Amino acid sequence: MNKKNTSRRYSRRKFIQHGAGGVAGALVTGSALGADSASGEAPASWKVPGRGFSNYGQPRDARNSPIRWISADRSIAGNGVSWTPLHQLEGMITPNGLHFERHHNGVPEIDPATWKLTVFGQVEKALVFDLNALHRYPMTSRIAFIECGGNSNSMWRPQPAQAPAGYLHGLLSCSEWTGVPLSLLLREAGLKPDAKWLVADGLDASGVTVSVPISKVMDDTIVALYQNGEPVRPENGFPARLLVPGWEGIVNVKWLNSLQLSDRPLMSRFDTVSYTDLQKDGKAERFTFEMGIKSLITSPSPGQSLPAPGFYELSGLAWTGNGVVTRVEVSADGGKTWSQARLQEPVLDKALTRFRAPWHWNGARAILKSRAYDALGQVQPEREVLLRAKGGNQYYHYNAIISWSVDTDGSVHHVYA
Amino acid sequence: MVPSTMYMPEHGFCRQVRSDALATVCLLIGLLLCQEALGEGITPGLGRIPSAAELANVSTHIYADGSGLPAGSGDGLQGEKIYASRCASCHGGAGQGGSAMELVGDRALLATEFPDRGIAVYWPYAPALFEYINRSMPPDKPYSFSASELYSVIAHLLELNGLIEPGQRVDAAVLTALQMPNKDNFRSGYVEPE
Ligand code: HEC
Repeated sequence: MNKKNTSRRYSRRKFIQHGAGGVAGALVTGSALGADSASGEAPASWKVPGRGFSNYGQPRDARNSPIRWISADRSIAGNGVSWTPLHQLEGMITPNGLHFERHHNGVPEIDPATWKLTVFGQVEKALVFDLNALHRYPMTSRIAFIECGGNSNSMWRPQPAQAPAGYLHGLLSCSEWTGVPLSLLLREAGLKPDAKWLVADGLDASGVTVSVPISKVMDDTIVALYQNGEPVRPENGFPARLLVPGWEGIVNVKWLNSLQLSDRPLMSRFDTVSYTDLQKDGKAERFTFEMGIKSLITSPSPGQSLPAPGFYELSGLAWTGNGVVTRVEVSADGGKTWSQARLQEPVLDKALTRFRAPWHWNGARAILKSRAYDALGQVQPEREVLLRAKGGNQYYHYNAIISWSVDTDGSVHHVYA
Repeated sequence: MVPSTMYMPEHGFCRQVRSDALATVCLLIGLLLCQEALGEGITPGLGRIPSAAELANVSTHIYADGSGLPAGSGDGLQGEKIYASRCASCHGGAGQGGSAMELVGDRALLATEFPDRGIAVYWPYAPALFEYINRSMPPDKPYSFSASELYSVIAHLLELNGLIEPGQRVDAAVLTALQMPNKDNFRSGYVEPE
């Protein structure tokens, strides 16, 4: 302690000496430094020691930092969502504290010391892995988005909802996930020929249980233990969750409990009743796992305001559950003309891709749109095209083009156009 | 056993060794040893075989064909009481919905602009009701019913939905045999890759 204080005083003295030298230099050369540099134009922070260290960093100003908006059931505090504020973020990675949440009955408390993952069913031998064991397995990392199947569901309504972009489309986040390839654990258990589906359930108080085809499980599914380098956050599935890249959020089961291998899907309520899409003919689609090709402009976006005509960069996100975004086009005239946006590297498989395009706003009303393409040649559809194909009752899996109007006063609004 | 820090299948044992001396030793001893540490067959093998009791305690999933449904039975009379005290506050006294969704609706509206939801309207399989209500409902105290209480409340819901005769007892066999109106109304959005 004493020693530290001494050395700090020492360096302070040294600094003062150097400062004195600076004054002398200024006098000689007549440079911009004031005659009395001790009280001159130097930034205020040069003149006071800064704050000390912190064990875990926090955003600068809690009141004005980006936050998740929560929208929860009034009678069940843990049933609802919180949205990633896409309109306040840049780049492709979602900070852990801002990853969207969809809980059906709250975030469970789990003791890592007693937690275990059970693999059973159509396997040669059932296996139990505790957390220490899992952490000793070879791991892999990948950057991937997770999007709730119900993201953007207000878009099915006949009137455009007015809210910041993140609170319309932010059941979408992207992280670097690190964990054990599930195929590794399943090979150790030994898949029987009848193991065609994986039935995964969580430890939450709504017992989320879903069925996932074995081919996807063996292809790229991960038992994720880390999120952007640190242990998966409680609200995102601590101590372990499934990452099923590109597939709707619900199958990325959080707070993993067990994995049953089966010859058929379970047909749980989560397989059949929720997350299924009622079509206009009254039929319904289930197992619509893969999230569609989609994009949106995050800046400028609703709630923001352009101070004056002139230069703006359109910045947005594009993603597709089937792989890589190959192209994004933007329009400032409601889709009459399109120009190609620049895709910012890295452009990764089943990750969010940041796109950018320069725009000169001439002050007239403008309608901004973005349209994404993927490697399979799929194109993000116009809203009418999607509605014509699906009807208005689908609720989940909305991926049509999103439009913002920029009005002559610079205000930005959500429109169907 | 190979220490876990040396198990690096993507890089290989030898290349991971930074010390020249060790690398030389490795070379001298020959490829055989290295390959042993590298071999495709090496797996961590850190899973434990669960006891039968442990396995019995893992989630019992209830499949569409009724497998997994426990013994026990109940009827709507009993179920109505449970429903009134534990469910109606959110789903409405007659299942018409409230703060939570309706559990009874009009199937004729499925293809209209304002479709109803509900068990007879939309649920393809009855056994799933058991696992879902058991594990999720009521939200303030899930997992709190006996099997017979669950069969009872399900019997009441099936009565409200016109899916069973009033007073009919419900058990595993009844739930399994029940033909739900929306059963054949689903397509799969998933296509198995080639
Ligand atoms: C505090 C309010 C509340 C109470 C009490 C309650 N539920 Fe629910 N119930 C909900 C909510 C909310 C959902 C939707 C949950 C979700 O999807 O995340 C739901 C969903 C359901 C569903 C699924 C419906 C569908 O079509 O998806 C069934 C069935 C159900 N409840 C039955 C019951 C039964 C039976 C009881 C009493 C034992 C009960 N609920 C008590 C709030 C409640």
